[in-house]
Amino acid sequence: MIPEIGHFALVLALLLALVQSVLPLIGAQTGNARFLAVARPAAQAQFLFVVLAYACLVTAFLQNDFSVRNVAMNSFSQLPAVYRFTASWGSHEGSMLLWALILAFWTMAVSVLSRRLPEDMAARVIGIMGLISVGFLAFLLFTSNPFDRLLPAPPDGRDLNPLLQDPGMVLHPPMLYMGYVGFSVAFAFAIAALLSGKLDAAWARWSRPWTTVAWTFLTMGIALGSWWAYIELGWGGWWFLDPTENASFMPWLAGTALIHSLAVTEKRGVFKSWTVLLAITAFSLSLLGTFLVRSGVLSSVHAFATDPARGAFILGFLALVIGGSLLLYALRAPTMLGSARFAAFSRESLLLANNVVLVSALGSVLLGTLYPLFLDALGMGKISVGAPYFNAVFVPLMVPVLFLMAVGPLTRWKGASLPDIVVRLRLAFAVAVIAAVAVPLAAGEFKPWVALGVGLAVWIVYGVALGFADRLKHGGNLLALPRGFWGMQLAHLSMAVGIVGIALVSGYEGERNVKMAVGDTAQLAGYTFTFKGAEAYEGPNFHAARGHLVVKSASGSEFTLRPEKRLYNAGGMPMTEAGINYGVLRDIYVAMGEEIEPQVWTIRLFYKPFIDWLWFAAALMALGGALAASDRRYRIALKDKAAA
Amino acid sequence: MNKRLIPLIVFLVLAVFFAIGLTKNPREVPSPFIDKPAPAFRLPEVGNPAQTFGPEEMRGQVWMLNVWAPWCVSCRQEHGVLMQLQAQGVKLVGLNWKDKDREAAALLARLGSPYLSTVDDLDGRVGIDYGVTGTPETFVIDKGGIIRFKQTGPISEEVWKEKLEPMLKELAR
Repeated sequence: MIPEIGHFALVLALLLALVQSVLPLIGAQTGNARFLAVARPAAQAQFLFVVLAYACLVTAFLQNDFSVRNVAMNSFSQLPAVYRFTASWGSHEGSMLLWALILAFWTMAVSVLSRRLPEDMAARVIGIMGLISVGFLAFLLFTSNPFDRLLPAPPDGRDLNPLLQDPGMVLHPPMLYMGYVGFSVAFAFAIAALLSGKLDAAWARWSRPWTTVAWTFLTMGIALGSWWAYIELGWGGWWFLDPTENASFMPWLAGTALIHSLAVTEKRGVFKSWTVLLAITAFSLSLLGTFLVRSGVLSSVHAFATDPARGAFILGFLALVIGGSLLLYALRAPTMLGSARFAAFSRESLLLANNVVLVSALGSVLLGTLYPLFLDALGMGKISVGAPYFNAVFVPLMVPVLFLMAVGPLTRWKGASLPDIVVRLRLAFAVAVIAAVAVPLAAGEFKPWVALGVGLAVWIVYGVALGFADRLKHGGNLLALPRGFWGMQLAHLSMAVGIVGIALVSGYEGERNVKMAVGDTAQLAGYTFTFKGAEAYEGPNFHAARGHLVVKSASGSEFTLRPEKRLYNAGGMPMTEAGINYGVLRDIYVAMGEEIEPQVWTIRLFYKPFIDWLWFAAALMALGGALAASDRRYRIALKDKAAA
Repeated sequence: MNKRLIPLIVFLVLAVFFAIGLTKNPREVPSPFIDKPAPAFRLPEVGNPAQTFGPEEMRGQVWMLNVWAPWCVSCRQEHGVLMQLQAQGVKLVGLNWKDKDREAAALLARLGSPYLSTVDDLDGRVGIDYGVTGTPETFVIDKGGIIRFKQTGPISEEVWKEKLEPMLKELAR
């Protein structure tokens, strides 16, 4: 009964989404106030019904209702309750329903927080988001119904993919989708502005906090995914350049460019067309990512069942949404020219440079991701594009972005003096060069990439410090500085932290694959690992061997690691749970291989210097995003607008 | 031409590629060995190097050569299915590929062996002869010693029911 209620709620949600999109959009074109007034209640009702549908799906999972195909395929009676809950988005159908739920949530948020927007603008934004909802709800109902019954019901389920049974997976998909789907708000604002022809500073100001919030969620989602890969896959890696990872990284790059471009459009009224195009691009890449993952056109570790009908549906939807938006852009954007002028060296020009390079980097990732598809489609063979391409193309493109990051915030709008900036940053450059040489030498081996990374990080930190010094030149309180300023500086600082992590872990990580019997020892990076044996134990839905290693550092401190090798009861899939000793300066990471003879194991030992700086950088970046989005000037500005 | 049309044109070109991509399976790497005789080899058996095996011993039978390795997670995934196939009388020969850590014998003793015979391709040369790109891969070989099909990736129950079982029945006639 409950699955049928869920199914029916989805049908009602689809009808409401149709009402939410068609009537307000017509109302906005014709000035019909009664049609406009439909937008908010329809969006809120749609949200309620999607919530109801999702609650029904979760109930089916929690109650182990294996007569529902989705539950039977992705859950298991012994599965712990928290993973039965997360299994609700562990399948293709469930994750698409989560997409629709989060889209409905963002629409509801817009409907509540848009009281100060002009009525026709709000109606258009909600209407456009409604059109996207129509597409996704129809996709669910016609190709991917999560409530399909499986009769007769099997006695037990097939279990959730053990890879997904991890705390990191509890939060990674919802965070990632909050980011992906959140870009729909900036997209809807851009399309609404194109439709109305009112592409002004107010439009940019409304879009900014929404974009920043979505970007913040996406940042956290990507970081959680990377952390999950690190602890769960047992190879100590944190980024695999898998097509699906790229699919989440491309909207992030576009979103980062959009945040910067929106700032220029709001403050100076220039780059309007470019900003609109970026807003369309960021959300288009989110949709594209969904297409790439769901349709199976690219092979990836994120394996969901693929079905050509689904791929064709999403491609058609993609063509309508992206093609339609770009056509609208081609028709309407040229009429809106910016008027403000700026000098060749100014904050505007530096932000433009930032955008050009970020978009080039985005293009390089897009090309690398789709290249195998191009070749295959042209019948020129099958290839895969891996780390060497991305390291050779993407990394050099990021260097100028990072270099300009220290310069941009210190440069004035309209026009600045290049010699002044050179004088101000002279010392920063010297300090960065010294650090770039000294740190790798202190680490024991000079590596050019490490030097470059460390130098850029110090350069950025110095730039951030100068930014704060500028603001406090005439006295004042550090905490009284605007949150927008804090947000920007923390986000920039987090890049420095992240680069240090990436540079040092790539430069100095160590790895050994050893065969160990009880009592054997192995050495790695000054640490001595002693294998004390492995014991069997029973988990809720798996049995496991838990290794016991004592690790002694050069300085004599000692700790114990307990890596596990699990065999899941349903499906018999083996999984590693790494044993990790976290530290500010390094992680010691151990994963169990195979038991060759009784109590003789192959064991993988890793030394990962500075890797935790990556997750710390992501947390700092998200904090920056949250601060920037909550800056009070957005609220005041909106109040002024309403009063005027 | 209006330069604002460029994004639209770029997107349309991409969309055409996606449409073509949808008709292809990225995981299916075509094998040039289909309908060619299975390359000959003679290799020692895992756990019993004195005994050797070569494909010519299977002449007159329909069989499958399963390329696997103890370090391969997907191979473990298909192990259960292979055990069921063996129980049904399907003739499987294992090619233990690049087992540098010498783990295969202990593993098969622990989990059970689905194979009539498992041979040891330590340096991967036979794998090269068969164009193996990864594990698991499974070759279907007919009574005349001709390769008829290559399955890339684990054999799931669906793959067995939909592809392999009908094919083996057909070839056995």
